[in-house]
Amino acid sequence: MPKYEQILFNNMSKAGYTGSLKEYEAVGGYTAFKKVLKEYSSSDVIDIVKKSGLRGRGGAGFPAGLKWSFIPKDHVGPRYLCCNADESEPGTYKDRQLMEFDPHQMLEGMAICCYAIGAQTAYIYIRGEFDLGAEILENAIQEAYKAKLVGKDLFGSGFNLDIYVHRGAGAYICGEETALLESLEGKRGKPRIKPPFPAINGLYQEPTVINNVETLANVPYIINKGPEWFRTIGTEKSPGTKVFSVSGHVKKPGNYELPLGIPLREIIYDVAGGILGDKQLKAVIPGGASAPMMPPDQLDTPMDFDSVAAVGSMLGSAAITVMDEDTCIVWAAMNLMEFFYHESCGQCTPCREGSGWILQILRRIEGGEGRHSDLDQLLELCTRIGGRTVCAFGDAEIGPILSTIKHFRSEYERHIEEKGCPFHPNATLSMAH
Amino acid sequence: MKFKVLSKETIQRIEAQYPKYPDLRSVTLPALRIAQEDLGYVSEPAMIDIAELLDLTPIQVYEVATFYTQYNMKPVGKYLVQVCKTLSCALLGAMSIVEHLQKSLGIGIGETTNDGFFSLKVVECLASCGSAPMMQINNRYYENLTPEKVDQILDDLRENGRSDLATGPFMLPLLQEQS
Repeated sequence: MPKYEQILFNNMSKAGYTGSLKEYEAVGGYTAFKKVLKEYSSSDVIDIVKKSGLRGRGGAGFPAGLKWSFIPKDHVGPRYLCCNADESEPGTYKDRQLMEFDPHQMLEGMAICCYAIGAQTAYIYIRGEFDLGAEILENAIQEAYKAKLVGKDLFGSGFNLDIYVHRGAGAYICGEETALLESLEGKRGKPRIKPPFPAINGLYQEPTVINNVETLANVPYIINKGPEWFRTIGTEKSPGTKVFSVSGHVKKPGNYELPLGIPLREIIYDVAGGILGDKQLKAVIPGGASAPMMPPDQLDTPMDFDSVAAVGSMLGSAAITVMDEDTCIVWAAMNLMEFFYHESCGQCTPCREGSGWILQILRRIEGGEGRHSDLDQLLELCTRIGGRTVCAFGDAEIGPILSTIKHFRSEYERHIEEKGCPFHPNATLSMAH
Repeated sequence: MKFKVLSKETIQRIEAQYPKYPDLRSVTLPALRIAQEDLGYVSEPAMIDIAELLDLTPIQVYEVATFYTQYNMKPVGKYLVQVCKTLSCALLGAMSIVEHLQKSLGIGIGETTNDGFFSLKVVECLASCGSAPMMQINNRYYENLTPEKVDQILDDLRENGRSDLATGPFMLPLLQEQS
């Protein structure tokens, strides 16, 4: 008996389960979708999801039922669902597992969502590198068409549904929901100014819901077992489980489905087996590269949306990157800044230019040429970026900088005073590309 | 219509994407991918062909091709080796994997071996952080790398054109054994 209740990993944890339609149906797959078509109106479904308190698993934690309810009921013309399978936040590799091991689970969630919002077309926007995932999803969709679970007039309800896979081509920003829409429309992935929100003007200017893979995968279980059951797991404001992707200096990296609200310490030391080589912990990123780093004295933080926000970071995609005592924090911040500099879409000046400036300063400090004025300069730059861009990328890229200066200022100062990196004096510093 | 470089088969594969979308412009990304699969990279004539096919201007295709990192704007080797360098991989030795590859292949980052077999690139996060360090070669992932494993993979590809060390379905790190 597992210690933690498994919802999304339940099927795939069984020996020999390959995620085929037959196997998924044998464990009750698609019963929720059939139930919805027979017994519920679209607003019933939205109410159930609202009551469950399901929050978006992609990063922002926005209530899913509420998002669905924003689609105008009286809209004439197409509506769309886009499943966000871009999985581009560094540290995150959970959707890959959900798609590759149990693709029908998310397809059923998508079908139920489409019924609820009145969409007849759904796209899965999957990151371009996931060749295997795209193949598995295409096969699963074909299985569903053959079994008449997707297609025209499903179960005589008059409800039509088409699901397509759309592959990205390598751009972090396309995980941002409006950049994703631009990319699906065949353009550069540049985020749109909001409002209007996608629920009003989304894909092809039609009302659109964008939900993460993990969010949608929860929906069939909420329908079958009820919103009250869902609320028995997790916390009051963050119900349910979350798949935590643990990586970095831990003994057992991996995806773990755990109740929201579980203390960070329990995840790192119990579930993931503790720090590699039994070293001391230096810092943790709790929710993907965009989430500000947390120092060891915050290890007892419950991992739910509000508690992580309360200590100045964010749960984000719940990708936990662990760094041991020998990690150079300036180097880690520089590594992440290289990522952000490379991935800025270039639309907004503060983000595009700011990321380059910050990177230059970090390289200088790490390379032994830091100046005492550099820390103030970094903080100043951050104030010129945060909140001044079209999308949240600007706020994301300053997270690692502000948090490392706040919690590890002395390490920066040591680099500047000693004119070099105390951790890797001779190592290759960066791999710009 | 007369096309510069796209073959009839390539065009048919692109046209097979049309029914998925209400707007032809949405086919831009799939079209670039298909053209690259068939030609090895995205050349200017290929982009002009795609523009012609999708009723776009060449710049509309070009600006997309240059935005996304997966499109090769120049020819690359038969095997494109892309090593992830973002934090989780970097913490677990991505740099030594890159150094090892440079030595084994005798090329620098961004270069191609003389025999045209391998190109080496360093890239940002490929969402395989729990099995770091990792690399992608063409369309397959290779994870939990060590220098010895890297050499085995290169040998396999040289000799057989494929390697069993590629990550296949259901080969991700095992789910937790919770007691």
